[in-house]
Amino acid sequence: MDAIRTEKLSKYYGSARGIIDVDLAVEKGDFYGFIGPNGAGKSTLIRTLLGIISKTSGSASVLNFDCSANKNEILTNVGYLPAEASFYNRMTVSELIRFSAKLRKRDCKREADELIERLRLEPDKKIGQLSLGNRKKVGIVCAMQHKPELYILDEPTSGLDPLIQREVFELLHERNDEGATVFLSTHVLSEIGHHCKHAGIIREGRLLLSDAVEKITHTGAKLVTLRGVRELPPMVGVKKLRQENDTVSFVCTEGIKPLLKLLSSADFDDMTVEDPDIEEVLMSYYDTIDQKEAK
Amino acid sequence: MTVYLHELKRGRSTTLIWSAVIAFLLAVSILIFPMMLDSIDELNQALQSMGDFASAFGIGKLGISDFIGYYSLECGEMLGIGGAIFAALCGISILSREENEHTAEFLLTHPISRTRIAGEKLLSVFTHITALNMICSVVTFFCILIIGQHPSFRIMALIMLSYYLLHIEIAAISFGISAFLKGRGTGIGIGIALLFYFMSMLSNITDNMRFMQWLTPFSYANGSWIAEHQTLDFRFIAIGAAVSAAAIIAGFIKYNKKDIAA
Repeated sequence: MDAIRTEKLSKYYGSARGIIDVDLAVEKGDFYGFIGPNGAGKSTLIRTLLGIISKTSGSASVLNFDCSANKNEILTNVGYLPAEASFYNRMTVSELIRFSAKLRKRDCKREADELIERLRLEPDKKIGQLSLGNRKKVGIVCAMQHKPELYILDEPTSGLDPLIQREVFELLHERNDEGATVFLSTHVLSEIGHHCKHAGIIREGRLLLSDAVEKITHTGAKLVTLRGVRELPPMVGVKKLRQENDTVSFVCTEGIKPLLKLLSSADFDDMTVEDPDIEEVLMSYYDTIDQKEAK
Repeated sequence: MTVYLHELKRGRSTTLIWSAVIAFLLAVSILIFPMMLDSIDELNQALQSMGDFASAFGIGKLGISDFIGYYSLECGEMLGIGGAIFAALCGISILSREENEHTAEFLLTHPISRTRIAGEKLLSVFTHITALNMICSVVTFFCILIIGQHPSFRIMALIMLSYYLLHIEIAAISFGISAFLKGRGTGIGIGIALLFYFMSMLSNITDNMRFMQWLTPFSYANGSWIAEHQTLDFRFIAIGAAVSAAAIIAGFIKYNKKDIAA
């Protein structure tokens, strides 16, 4: 069963593009990463799924409920963290968390207390006095305290210190292990590589790719690093060539044999060949698209 | 009723401040009535000689030597226009405020329908207006007791009721407009209240502008007319009820379909 499914989903703001013909399927129990540059349409897709904005065309369902007709059923089973967490400034942290639980007609006190402790929140502080990071933590508690089936988190770690970032991902993995689905929208490509099973790339409103993170990173491209380089022939056909002192690194997409042939005339001490991390893959993916569009 | 209670708490201090200010002004105006009685005949003659200009303020045959006439002019205007501005501000911001303060995304991603949210918010606006009118009514009647006046209770109650209905109608119209706004709309709210007030004045001044009485809810909040006829003008109230219902329905429809800004 799919936790999220969209077919030809489009959203336009007047004539301005939001998302165009997005076909997305996120399986139940997945840990899905959604990547794209600013303005690519990540938040538009999420806001359409949650009924905050209405679609222009296509169809969308969350947990098998239609996004237009069954908003309440969807929102009952979803925990959502917006990218910019804004709340009622005059409330205290505990008042806001209780207010969120009341809107869900749930008593989440035990779960909320545990989350407050793990995220090191001060429950008696006014929301208006909180830093961006602490407001984000409040948003995370509100999104998680009712133990939903699906977590939709838009930039969950922005503004958080590394220790809390780790705690947030621990929490998400615990919930994912219990069977919940996590849909994570982020700019931070390493988060996708470290935590997600599947990932989708959106750019200029279109979903370019959606696949297992392993498949995305195993593209045949290799990240090659040469150390102790004394002599190097012209590196034809490689990407992302970088040189720092006597260390040279580049991405090779032409296969190992042409690489060895190319390096036969080079003089160096050591060489490592590894799969590039997701960041490298996505950046070269964007570059390829840019080059195609330029042609 | 979580949203309703939340909104009651959120607007509590604003309502208390507005109620205190209007009630204070009402109290002062009522308490000085006995002191003004000595010179009130001269003032009354001056007002009557102003002709159309006096009628602009709704001064009818009663003049201001009678307590109800005085109350309609001095106090009623304060409660009328003060309460109208308060009602407009409450109504105009009740829906748009969430977008303006970027809290709409938080609220609307909970399992509660937009119809229910708008309904509970509207109810909270009406509750705040009811509270303001009750405080002002209690202060009015208490001050009347202090100065030893004995105006007809029925007429005083009808006058107070007319102001309450005026405030409810202005709040309903502002609520409808609020659904179409993204910003807070404070200026629009004050503008609506003042526009209706000046329309009422203009309609009283000249026959050419008489048609405006059908457009402004201040038409039925005319203490002098109520005292003279011992009833409310239900023609204007019926129009007001229809306009209020239309504005509320339009507000609900728009809010349900609206794309909420991040």
